[in-house]
Amino acid sequence: MYKRIAAINFGLLSPKVIKKMATVEITRYDLYDKDGYPVEGGVMDPRLGVVDPGLRCRVCGGGVGTCLGHFGYLELARPVIHVSHVKTIYKILRSTCEKCGRVLETPEELKKSDNPLYDLYVAKKTKCPHCGAKQRKIKLQKPYTFTIDDKPLTPLEIREWFERIPDEDLKLLNIKGGRPEWLIITLLPIPPVTVRPSITLETGERSEDDLTHKLVDIVRINQRLKDNISIGAPDFIIDDLWELLQYHVATYFDNNLSGVPQARHRSGRALRTLAQRLKGKEGRFRNNLSGKRVNFSSRTVISPDPMISINEVGVPEVVAKELTVPIKVNKRNISFLKSIIKKGPNAIDGANYVIRPDGRKKKITEENKNEIAEEIDIGYSVERHLKDGDIVVFNRQPSLHRMSMMAHKVRLTPWRTFTLNLCVCAPYNADFDGDEMNLHVPQTEEAQTEAKRLMLVENHIRSPRFGGPLIGCIQDHISGNYLLTKKETKIKKEDAIQILQNIGIEADVTRDLTGKELFSYLLPKDLNMEFKSNACIGCEKCDKEKCPYDYYVVIRNGELKNGVIDSKAIGREKGLIVDLIEKKYGSSKAREFLDRVSKLGINFLSRHGFTIGLSDVEVPAEAKRKIKKAVEESERECGILIKNYEKGEVKQIPGQTIKESLETHILKTLRKVLDKASDIIEENIKENCAVVMAKSGARGSMLNLTQLAGCIGQQTTQGERINRGYKMRTLPHFKRGELSPDAHGFVPSSFKDGLNPFEFFFNAMNGREGLMDKSLRTRKSGYMERRLVNALQDLKVEYDGTVRDDRGVIVQFTPGEDKIDPSKSEWGGINIDRIIEDEMGKGA
Amino acid sequence: MKEFKVTDHILVPKHEVLSKEEKIELLKKLNISEKQLPKIFDSDPVVKEIGAKIGNVIKITRNSPVAGKSIYYRIVIKSE
Repeated sequence: MYKRIAAINFGLLSPKVIKKMATVEITRYDLYDKDGYPVEGGVMDPRLGVVDPGLRCRVCGGGVGTCLGHFGYLELARPVIHVSHVKTIYKILRSTCEKCGRVLETPEELKKSDNPLYDLYVAKKTKCPHCGAKQRKIKLQKPYTFTIDDKPLTPLEIREWFERIPDEDLKLLNIKGGRPEWLIITLLPIPPVTVRPSITLETGERSEDDLTHKLVDIVRINQRLKDNISIGAPDFIIDDLWELLQYHVATYFDNNLSGVPQARHRSGRALRTLAQRLKGKEGRFRNNLSGKRVNFSSRTVISPDPMISINEVGVPEVVAKELTVPIKVNKRNISFLKSIIKKGPNAIDGANYVIRPDGRKKKITEENKNEIAEEIDIGYSVERHLKDGDIVVFNRQPSLHRMSMMAHKVRLTPWRTFTLNLCVCAPYNADFDGDEMNLHVPQTEEAQTEAKRLMLVENHIRSPRFGGPLIGCIQDHISGNYLLTKKETKIKKEDAIQILQNIGIEADVTRDLTGKELFSYLLPKDLNMEFKSNACIGCEKCDKEKCPYDYYVVIRNGELKNGVIDSKAIGREKGLIVDLIEKKYGSSKAREFLDRVSKLGINFLSRHGFTIGLSDVEVPAEAKRKIKKAVEESERECGILIKNYEKGEVKQIPGQTIKESLETHILKTLRKVLDKASDIIEENIKENCAVVMAKSGARGSMLNLTQLAGCIGQQTTQGERINRGYKMRTLPHFKRGELSPDAHGFVPSSFKDGLNPFEFFFNAMNGREGLMDKSLRTRKSGYMERRLVNALQDLKVEYDGTVRDDRGVIVQFTPGEDKIDPSKSEWGGINIDRIIEDEMGKGA
Repeated sequence: MKEFKVTDHILVPKHEVLSKEEKIELLKKLNISEKQLPKIFDSDPVVKEIGAKIGNVIKITRNSPVAGKSIYYRIVIKSE
């Protein structure tokens, strides 16, 4: 029978209790005698518990594991203050009479208050209502010295004062859990050696725990204080030693007090005392209780594999031989398990351990594998190697959202890295520049099923953040499909057969296909949709199916009739086709579509050829001239603005000074140039690979290309033109107070033409700010996330549709006010039109 | 200073005091005790204005950007 905890009580230890729990009184400050045995009455007294294996405890007779250790106590020559309680002590001092110890308020008044201790602390009385004694001014000198009318108030006096406070008055002050005089330490409990074990180094030297060091200091000073008192030493010596004892006891509890020098090890390292053991990220709570180390896990570098499904993860065989899944032996699988055991621990798909019915584990080795295979029977368990199709949980830190941990199916590979499909890079925020990821193996059938049902990648295609597909095609997948589905693309019969074979579709192809026809093989036969593609330039009047650029996508009965496939159709965070398939046919079909469409893109692209180079950002001389003209034009405009400013004729913007208005006007003018340059480039650039990527949304933007080919434009810091550097000017080459675009970070050159030194410097300023922002943002948002998670981790949607915390207190009466789970919605809502169209047919 | 009613402000949603029967019905429907309801101080300006007493349940009808209208209940408690 287990013992059941009925209640937990927090309070103070009284000296009486300390003495009762203790088995030893500590009197000596040496640890070991000259033979190396622990000294009786020392801090390492053997009666405090056993740490060395093989020894028996003299108190309880237990061994290492069974004896939890026993407390000792140290009688302090003079009492000291407990640092963690100074605030409480201060409050009590201010709330009670220094003469009679009664509370400085009538009981009637106090009963009205919820927190009398605090109220009294704030409203310090000068006269005791009970005995009429005048109250002197008490001050707390951080961290642990009290003064009364600027004369020191010793712990001894405080203790006597607290002893005078009657029990009834403590009730009035809401003090529970002990007497206030226990806040002053007279007896110090000495923790058992089991909480501060000493380590024996290889050299045979003993190295003591930090706590032991601290305790030795305390005992030594205490002894000196005691000796000095008994020989009647002068007061100042005793006071000094007392102060020192107070310091040691204070740092024993907390070695990070402000205003107190840290107690240090001989090497100069600060000691890790009680508070440090518990506090912070490396403390007992966050490191050992909230989080723990796990078994059946693995970590390596990741690399891409476009041929596996998004549901899969490539696991190296060497890893699979270490990670195991326990299988219970039963009538049906016994012969299979025997065959696995016979393969041994070194073969792929073998086994490492068997667990006997009594719970004992036996390792399978090359020598005993046949023997064990004969031994196993119903009731045994076999820890078999990971194999294809097993469910594992895959994770990349920082785990910021639930998609940072998803379940994958194992696929064994002969290599040494975990491999994953490129489409799942987005939810993990992974790339392959050396990223590592973790893998965990669920050990029970229940855990495996739960992971499969709830955590499998395909169940997370739709993001709960915005209700659209977070997992979608990226980069080459999109470029490939874009080029494939362009009007003019033709695929030879042989190529089409091969591509379809590669992406796992069996089809009879009897003729040459267009790209659109090939793409249609992936679509469900009853899919109907229409939308504008990413490349759509937003004409004033949309011609829909008759779009001259083929940017209007029409799918009829699973046939791509019109339009190009780009990021709007299959990309992440947009992918309308992925979105619709997920909603209409379920996540499994969506996964299948994604697997195929990404492979299709890559297959086509590797046949087609795709590369970028310097020539991709070449524009005709005519276009360059146009851009130059536009730049000059705007510089002239700025010149006029500046002249007007000097004459005092600037149009002032409400809420801004004249100077600020000028800056806004100039910034607006210069921003316009970039737009103009962008238009010119878009008109004049040949459709090459770089442009394909920008238009299809695979990578890069038209703005990037403009900056490469045409003009970089205005550089900014904190949303303004560059205004920093030297006195009244950005660089010493400019006139003081010059307002011209050049002097404030306007860069008319392009990256291809090259930048002059000033331009380069401004560009570097702009770039550096971006870099800085990024690093600051991640830190800030990481901490915000932590706080949010801590605050919300216990909230849960109950079966009655209310959101409640762990106490059952209602937080929301309807989850999210609309009862919509965004990860099961369509872009955060319900698309009724679509549902009606699906059910009733178009035009209903 | 000019006095005004907080309930007249456009950002303050509609607050109503539930009758005793309505309160009991609500608690029964949700199968909870008074302690499990969200709280509101009796010193809250709206509570003072609509004259709700400690122990009363207030029904708040809010305009929600996602749901159009959303209903929330809060129980009046003593302020600290």
